[in-house]
Amino acid sequence: MIYRRLLGFPNWEFRSPFAELERMKRQMDRLVEGWGGTYQRPYAGVFPLINLTETKDAYFVRAELPGVVAGDLDIQATSNSISVSGERKLPSENKDARWHRREREAGKFSRMIAMPSEIDPNKVDASLVNGILSVVVPKAEIAKPRQIAVR
Amino acid sequence: MADSKDIKVREKQELTTPAEQTTPGTVFTPQVDIFETEKEITLLADIPGVKSEKLSIDLRDNVLTITGDIEPVESAGEEDVLIEYETGRFYRQFTLSEVIDQNKIDANLGDGVLRLTLPKVEKATPRKIAIKAA
Repeated sequence: MIYRRLLGFPNWEFRSPFAELERMKRQMDRLVEGWGGTYQRPYAGVFPLINLTETKDAYFVRAELPGVVAGDLDIQATSNSISVSGERKLPSENKDARWHRREREAGKFSRMIAMPSEIDPNKVDASLVNGILSVVVPKAEIAKPRQIAVR
Repeated sequence: MADSKDIKVREKQELTTPAEQTTPGTVFTPQVDIFETEKEITLLADIPGVKSEKLSIDLRDNVLTITGDIEPVESAGEEDVLIEYETGRFYRQFTLSEVIDQNKIDANLGDGVLRLTLPKVEKATPRKIAIKAA
């Protein structure tokens, strides 16, 4: 939640978005330590990295999963979390090939993402297009903002 | 046990270009695999989010350039809650040592992975030069 609206900061420099982010992170570290709390990294440090955005009605979970086929993905939802697990398989190549570079990794992954508010697990919809997973997570009726009429 | 290995998280590598980009935005270096057999060189690159019409592969003077543009997946009106990765253009350049047969290059894009096959030019067959008597 710390990172909400961070990119909308007025002094955000387009040239170095990460520098600003890092600076903020350090400031938050100090702040939390001052309260005697334990600091949690904003990156969970678990593959895949995710982006979470929201509208009034839903959350959107996105992750970059190139080379993962839909059949190897397992997505589960509870009333307040989404779990994404699966395996990235790289096809075995010609045995005689000489390798020059090997940067891509294969393996299993599993990640649990806690949702900021209650969700409707029955209406979660996921799609995998061009290596990007996007999960649409509708908010539970109770969690949606409501306009209150003032009498 | 190789297949039960867990994938470690790796942040996307942002590219710091020596030359300034003509279009603003962040540029990332895709992760690649390159291997070579007697006949061809194969390159695999992870470029999630790039559509085939936005991908450009260019080979000239033995320099292979791969550029992939992405379209934002977020619709207007979405607010960021947690941002762990940034998106932007993919760019990477390689110098190829072998002579490549330009007409037979094959590029395939699926599930965010580019597979580029670069066949080598068949070596000129040795030719015996007959000398005619004058």
